[in-house]
Amino acid sequence: MFDERYALAFKAYPYERNADQDAATPVRHPVVVMGGGPVGIATALDLGRQNIPVVVLDDHEGVGMGSRAICFAKRSLEIADRYGCGERMVDKGVVWNIGKVFHEDRQVFEFNLLPEEGHKFPAFINMQQPYFEQFMIERAFDLQAQGAPIQIRGKNRVEGVEVKDDHVIITILTPDGPYTLEADWLIGCDGANSPLRGMLDLDFTGRVFQDNFLIADIKMINTKFPTERWFWFDPPFKSAGASTLLHKQPDDIWRVDFQIGWDIDRSEEMKEENIRARLDAFLGADVEYELVWSSIYTFQCKRMETFRKGPVIFAGDAAHQVSPFGARGANSGMQDADNLGWKLGLVVANKAPASLIDTYNDERMFGADENILNSTRSTDFITPKSDTSRLFRDAVLHLSERYEFARPLVNSGRLSLPCIYDGSPLNSADALPAGPARTRPGAPCPDAPLGEGYLLALLGDGFTVLALETDVPESLTEGGITAKAVSLSAEDDPSGQLAARYLGDTKSAVYLIRPDQHVAARMATFDEEALRAAIRRATGQEATA
Amino acid sequence: MSTLNLTANIDRPDDFYADLLALHEGRSKEESDAINARLVLILANHIGDRAILKQALDAAAS
Ligand SMILES: Cc1cc2nc3c(=O)[nH]c(=O)nc-3n(C[C@H](O)[C@H](O)[C@H](O)COP(=O)(O)OP(=O)(O)OC[C@H]3O[C@@H](n4cnc5c(N)ncnc54)[C@H](O)[C@@H]3O)c2cc1C
Repeated sequence: MFDERYALAFKAYPYERNADQDAATPVRHPVVVMGGGPVGIATALDLGRQNIPVVVLDDHEGVGMGSRAICFAKRSLEIADRYGCGERMVDKGVVWNIGKVFHEDRQVFEFNLLPEEGHKFPAFINMQQPYFEQFMIERAFDLQAQGAPIQIRGKNRVEGVEVKDDHVIITILTPDGPYTLEADWLIGCDGANSPLRGMLDLDFTGRVFQDNFLIADIKMINTKFPTERWFWFDPPFKSAGASTLLHKQPDDIWRVDFQIGWDIDRSEEMKEENIRARLDAFLGADVEYELVWSSIYTFQCKRMETFRKGPVIFAGDAAHQVSPFGARGANSGMQDADNLGWKLGLVVANKAPASLIDTYNDERMFGADENILNSTRSTDFITPKSDTSRLFRDAVLHLSERYEFARPLVNSGRLSLPCIYDGSPLNSADALPAGPARTRPGAPCPDAPLGEGYLLALLGDGFTVLALETDVPESLTEGGITAKAVSLSAEDDPSGQLAARYLGDTKSAVYLIRPDQHVAARMATFDEEALRAAIRRATGQEATA
Repeated sequence: MSTLNLTANIDRPDDFYADLLALHEGRSKEESDAINARLVLILANHIGDRAILKQALDAAAS
């Protein structure tokens, strides 16, 4: 029997029998992705766009019910834009800048995020996770229709794996029974409870937080609530929880998140009348709403010891899990896909050694640790673990009402920012030390306006040599890798942001930019030898410093 | 690197000490603890320098 573990928000890839099921011997694929969540689909988009054949196996037929993630950060939107579905996301998403912080019976302060100008995408959007997944799946189908070698197989559950030196044998259960596949690479994007981790007996260690959160998505009826984020520490309406978060999603839906403690009776708490009692205590009895979805979750901050085990690579929640505070789950998973995609693409196409994949491990482990650190800190502030921790937390909140200095200490989740891969083995030494720190080797390229368009649209997919105020040849090929040139002048952006972000106090600059839009090397003017070395280094063809 | 001043630096120390006690006079343990926590944060912000703060944290713990 093929059972379903969760209800679907919508069906996207109904089960269809495929030729591999009737093959006499197991068919070998270059890349198989286990799991069709946001990270698995993003990985498929990345590979498919490079014309690398990829098969996604998911044990359901579409996107799970329930919104889960709602905050998608700028970097995720930029990655999605590179894949061709970022604009739909911003069109659908809600952008907010005003946040209010409450403590006990009163508002302690209000803030405006004042996002930096000159980026195509906002600092983040609020949007239900099913939309995020839907837009990526639809994009995958578009690409498929244009000939991209992407297959998504619904109701294909991976039940067993046998790891060989250079491939994996995968046993899959379908409604028609089992079949076997082989893959040169298996990417585990099978979520926080990763069955694949279990099959390979790999550890997942870290901290478990003893608290339950009740989330409810509600649709407001006849009420105009402002587009603001409200975070309430110790609300006076105790029945609402020890902390409460409210923010807006598209379709007039609001997310309410109640911290309800460790010792709870789950089935009691999930009864509609009890959820409504909490909501009424929070919103006031006169606010009318419809309960759209609710769930209780606990969380942990954990990661694997290594994200690669021979031909098996882990990404997304399967590799690392964080608390939801700071919205780092799906956002960091998108960066995993962004990081892994081009490396795997080069390795599968025999343009880079397999050791390049180890740098995915180095870089994303670094990212995972940064995310776990940030989300653990937010969690410690929101749910203090000792009397002293609570004492300081309350002191910060108390002071924040009157004194501006205390507000930066209030931590109700820090916005997910992309990781700067300082110290990555793929970086070349900074040969433009006087350039802006934010575009040093390892950094993701910040966007900048260019007349009607934006800089990032010109970068990524392949390697790029970005020249500012200096001449470079149209392209440069080294070790089978071609970097195309993009030549710009500070005058291409009258607002001055391009120059501020890429030149700073220097007169000219040449950047080598990776397919994932991270800086690999930079220098003042075209230095052919240095650029060739940087390309070799960034593609794992030169290991020494 | 900046160094934490651990030599006597407060003018009329007895007066300061009396002010500190007066602040807590007649308060419950809970109120006093809260005030102390706020005081730590206010003073830490005034110092600002992370290297000094680190030395102060270490000095307090030793
Ligand atoms: C309440 C809550 C709020 C959150 N808020 C945010 C937020 O605001 N921002 C943010 O970035 N993140 C947030 N997250 C985290 C985010 O939801 C996850 O990080 C994200 O879904 C991880 O994506 P994934 O693709 O790695 O895994 P998943 O989404 O878990 O997908 C795994 C997929 O693998 C499939 N699968 C499992 N086992 C098998 C098998 N044996 N064979 C085949 N397929 C299998 C599953 O069916 C599923 O489709 C939140 C999470 C929660 C719980």
